[in-house]
Amino acid sequence: MAARCEAAARVGQVVLPGDVLLLPARPEQSDERLLRLGTGAAAAAATRGRLLCGPGLRRCEAGLLVTKGGILRHRAGGGAFWVDSQQKRYVPVKGDHVIGIVTAKAGDLFKVDVGGSEQASLSYLAFEGATKRNRPNVQVGDLIYGQFLVANKDMEPELVCIDSSGRSSGMGIIGQDGFLFKVSLRLIRKLLAPKCEIIEDLSQLYPFELVLGMNGRIWVKAKTVHQTLIIVNILEASENMTAEQRKQALAKLSGN
Amino acid sequence: FMQRGLDSQTKKQLEEEERKIISDEHWYLDLPDLKEKESFIIEERSFMACEDLLYGRMSFKGFNPEIEKLMIQMNSRGKEEEIEADDKMEADVSDEEMARRYETLVGTIGKKFLRKRDQRVLQDEDEDRNSNATPSKIVKKQFLKPKD
Repeated sequence: MAARCEAAARVGQVVLPGDVLLLPARPEQSDERLLRLGTGAAAAAATRGRLLCGPGLRRCEAGLLVTKGGILRHRAGGGAFWVDSQQKRYVPVKGDHVIGIVTAKAGDLFKVDVGGSEQASLSYLAFEGATKRNRPNVQVGDLIYGQFLVANKDMEPELVCIDSSGRSSGMGIIGQDGFLFKVSLRLIRKLLAPKCEIIEDLSQLYPFELVLGMNGRIWVKAKTVHQTLIIVNILEASENMTAEQRKQALAKLSGN
Repeated sequence: FMQRGLDSQTKKQLEEEERKIISDEHWYLDLPDLKEKESFIIEERSFMACEDLLYGRMSFKGFNPEIEKLMIQMNSRGKEEEIEADDKMEADVSDEEMARRYETLVGTIGKKFLRKRDQRVLQDEDEDRNSNATPSKIVKKQFLKPKD
């Protein structure tokens, strides 16, 4: 028996696939809009009826249908609902920045493994300043940081290393050395949240460089191999550690 | 003459009939309910639109200065969109200073593009102003025909 409940009431609680979330009924457009013109963006958005239905939710006749188990989250500005779920397998999504490994070079096209069900294709022209004569120096086994241009269930995903204005803005081939490892997708989102404590604590330790891909892959580079491995271990373990345990571990390290 | 007109008339009639047939069937989908709700809920599969995530490349303690610059740039770009106030750029030079400089500037740069004759004229004018002496006659050089 699927549970039916108001969406606003379940925010912050665990929802299971099959639950139906009812949305507040949309008022009639003509009168309500005129009355509520002055009350601010949130009210206006609600009356206009724009609601963002994020990952883990689908639209159905009554409201929103939950498709993934997790905690329901809500964002007030712009009215977005989504389910904060846990998984290790990545599904390509358009616009996501990911780390890929070049596996094959087929003429003008590179095949990149991004951890999804299919390998993504990357054209040699999708780099900053690349022309037919000036080809980028990409070898098999290189690491690429790019974003998805096309990513749906019907087509092969495509990666590009430039943004819409033609600049690379940090994307492209990731340099030499460093260490690549895989974590769950939820940890990546936690690390990418603004003001993440884990990242702040680590940044006090040593100078290092970090690249986080939304497909669960992290690349770390520090001055020595020892420091790199320490950072890797902390990042992997931080998924299951509480804040205190992490601080203890870091204190031990900085003490050494 | 008349035949062309007739043809176009029959064509028009045929078109109208086609339009009548097509308009009822083609442009209405079988699910009017979903169509209504299309503008209401937008489905989104990406987490970037829901949460406010930072840029994926990071560098700490000066390990990679280019990436540190990029971090500041990308993260502030996201925040600038929220701040919608119009901030005037602080001018390095105040308006008054600008006006003063401009006055003198126009004269000096303008002199650069004068021809030689006009330069001499300008020089004489300056001397006149400074000395307040009798105006000297300005002899304009004319073309002298070469004597055979």
